[in-house]
Amino acid sequence: MNFGFTEEQEMLRNQVVRFIDDECSIDVIRTFDRDTNQALWKKIAELGWVGLTIPERFGGSGLKWVDLTVVLEETGRGLCPLPLTSNALACASILRSGSIAQQQEWLPKIANGSVIFGFGLYDEPNWIDKDAITLEASDHITGTKTFVSDALLATHVMVGVQTKNGPALCIVDGEAINSIALDVMDRTKPAAQVQFDQVPATNDRFIPLTDADLDYVNSCGAVAVTAEMVGAAEAVLALTSNYAKERIQFGHPIGKYQGVKHRLADMFVDIESFKSLLYYAAWCVDDATGDLSQAASRAKAHASDAFAQIGIDGVGLHGAIGFTAEYDVQLYLKRAKWARTMFGDSDFHYNRVATLGGL
Amino acid sequence: MDFDFTPDEEAFRTEVREFLSENLPPRNERPGSFLREWLEKVRARGWVGFSWPKAVGGSDGDVARQAILKEEMALAGAPPLGTSFMGLAWVGPGIIQYGTEEQKTRFIPDILDSKVTWCTGYSEPNHGSDLAAIQTKAERVGDHYRVNGQKIWTTGAPYADWMILLTRTDFNTEVKHDGITCLLVPMKTPGVEVRPIENMAGDRHFAEVFFTDAEVPIENRLGEEGSGWAVTISALANERSSIGEVTQMSGKLEDLKQLVRESRKQGAPASDDPLVRRQIAEFETKIAAMKYNGLRYLTRQLRGQPLSSETSVNKLLRASLEIEMDDFAVELQGQEGVQLQTQTARWARSSLSWPNVVIGGGTPNIQRNIIGERILGLPKD
Repeated sequence: MNFGFTEEQEMLRNQVVRFIDDECSIDVIRTFDRDTNQALWKKIAELGWVGLTIPERFGGSGLKWVDLTVVLEETGRGLCPLPLTSNALACASILRSGSIAQQQEWLPKIANGSVIFGFGLYDEPNWIDKDAITLEASDHITGTKTFVSDALLATHVMVGVQTKNGPALCIVDGEAINSIALDVMDRTKPAAQVQFDQVPATNDRFIPLTDADLDYVNSCGAVAVTAEMVGAAEAVLALTSNYAKERIQFGHPIGKYQGVKHRLADMFVDIESFKSLLYYAAWCVDDATGDLSQAASRAKAHASDAFAQIGIDGVGLHGAIGFTAEYDVQLYLKRAKWARTMFGDSDFHYNRVATLGGL
Repeated sequence: MDFDFTPDEEAFRTEVREFLSENLPPRNERPGSFLREWLEKVRARGWVGFSWPKAVGGSDGDVARQAILKEEMALAGAPPLGTSFMGLAWVGPGIIQYGTEEQKTRFIPDILDSKVTWCTGYSEPNHGSDLAAIQTKAERVGDHYRVNGQKIWTTGAPYADWMILLTRTDFNTEVKHDGITCLLVPMKTPGVEVRPIENMAGDRHFAEVFFTDAEVPIENRLGEEGSGWAVTISALANERSSIGEVTQMSGKLEDLKQLVRESRKQGAPASDDPLVRRQIAEFETKIAAMKYNGLRYLTRQLRGQPLSSETSVNKLLRASLEIEMDDFAVELQGQEGVQLQTQTARWARSSLSWPNVVIGGGTPNIQRNIIGERILGLPKD
């Protein structure tokens, strides 16, 4: 029985924390662009974080999603815009559903940082289902992918498409497409509308998705986003608790008043809870795939709503200063709004928990 | 990460399961003598006071085996391992930590053998959550203390043999936590009067307890005079892992799902109603959170890191589940839910009993203070 991290995992965590402090602080993320990404991506590829879950035979570190979770918690804490989640999902899809040839072609390039993926699965804005993938593909693709994460930071995109054989993921070169930046609320999670105009698509670029494959990819997405939410929510709690210790009103620090203190305590209870649910889900990705859907849905459902409220109360408990663009807490509120629906909102995931629980 | 126990630990689990299959008949097949025999058998196995030192009659059971024992007992729906919940949960551990050798030989065997039951004299009419402000007075007179004052909400007082009693021996200390002294009091002591209080479920488990010149021998003092607060804190901190409670609540959730499958709402199966489905899933998720929180804390204990205030997290989760699950069931049953005589009255009854768990041992707001002050470092009230 060991439901905790190893010394090596704690060292990895410290390494990520140092990197965020030194290279990707909040000041950096406020002006983050494609050039920043290129420079930092090279460094984290050398540190081995990009290929963390890629087997050693393909040039990766051969670690697991539990290790990736450690990285994503810390990048989430710093709201770091590096497209780790998109690339983790590209890796997970290629490893699970790709051919050997596809694994040999793409995984080493992801691991060494020369290929960076943007990732977009669905076209319907609020529907987690294979039928929500509507972009059609044959030997070429023409049409629009409405929401592709990180497309403008990437060299390639991996997008959900419908083929004559059913849903698939398709790998497309960045040069072949026209990506238009979306004006998104959370600028640390850039996304683009991607236009395809007679883009050739050869067989070796398609990764077919069975229902179980799609479920797996979506669950991995939920795990990755929840890992980022854990770090980000802890950052809000730390920021707000510290403010509550210093801000004096009516002669006392506001953290002395139970209206403030109890809300902060409830935040702690929520974060502890979705963190524990997340760790189990992350473990399931590699070690208990049969439990993954249920575990991922529990974690994402709980985190989606709890972090949304934490973002709101983090701003609210700060008072007017929290409302200013200059102060950092508002950035987390925006992340909470982004994370809430990605790979399924709480309604979707709780319904799945009910179904998997026998209702 | 792994969720495996060692082969030795798994062998212990097998031992517990074999014992249960041999000695725990289904509820409706248990003879009148069952409970007495059960208590003797689990005692003979060394499972009562399992974590206590062997020197006082325990088994020195380690943290992993404690968790396994609790989980298996709860999974099987077994009766408690002793008749004195409070004796096993905090009076015994308090005596082991603070008692004299004489007190250990005098009190511990009777707790382990289920010969006595204990109650806890902490709350007073004016001092519940603010426990350290208690006013029940104990004066030293010769070789005994003379106790005057009143306790209230004392669970189990109507049938307990002994009380662990918090008194004030010094009214002039600068800090209210000083001057408190802990006494072990026979309930038959002249001058101790118990008046049961009926609760909203119609039960009479708790009581007012009046002390009028009740004389308690000095050798019944637990710890030093004036150090009663330390004794109390250690007793309340003697928190058990929540693994048994999680198993018990998972069982309750399965019953609740069965109720949903059998119920109709607005003329349609309740299990098709999105809000019903969501509510059940939220309960399930919260119970899973308690489970995995508990396993993270268990891992810390296994690594030799003592637990502190994080146990308040699961207490808060449990408090809300205890209230909400029954409340949901009663609402789902509509006109039937409000009746106490129907077959489904189980939910109505338990919907009136949650304060046992939710208020006893520290209200949710006290747990929030603990988290806010001890974990987040916010200023004290």
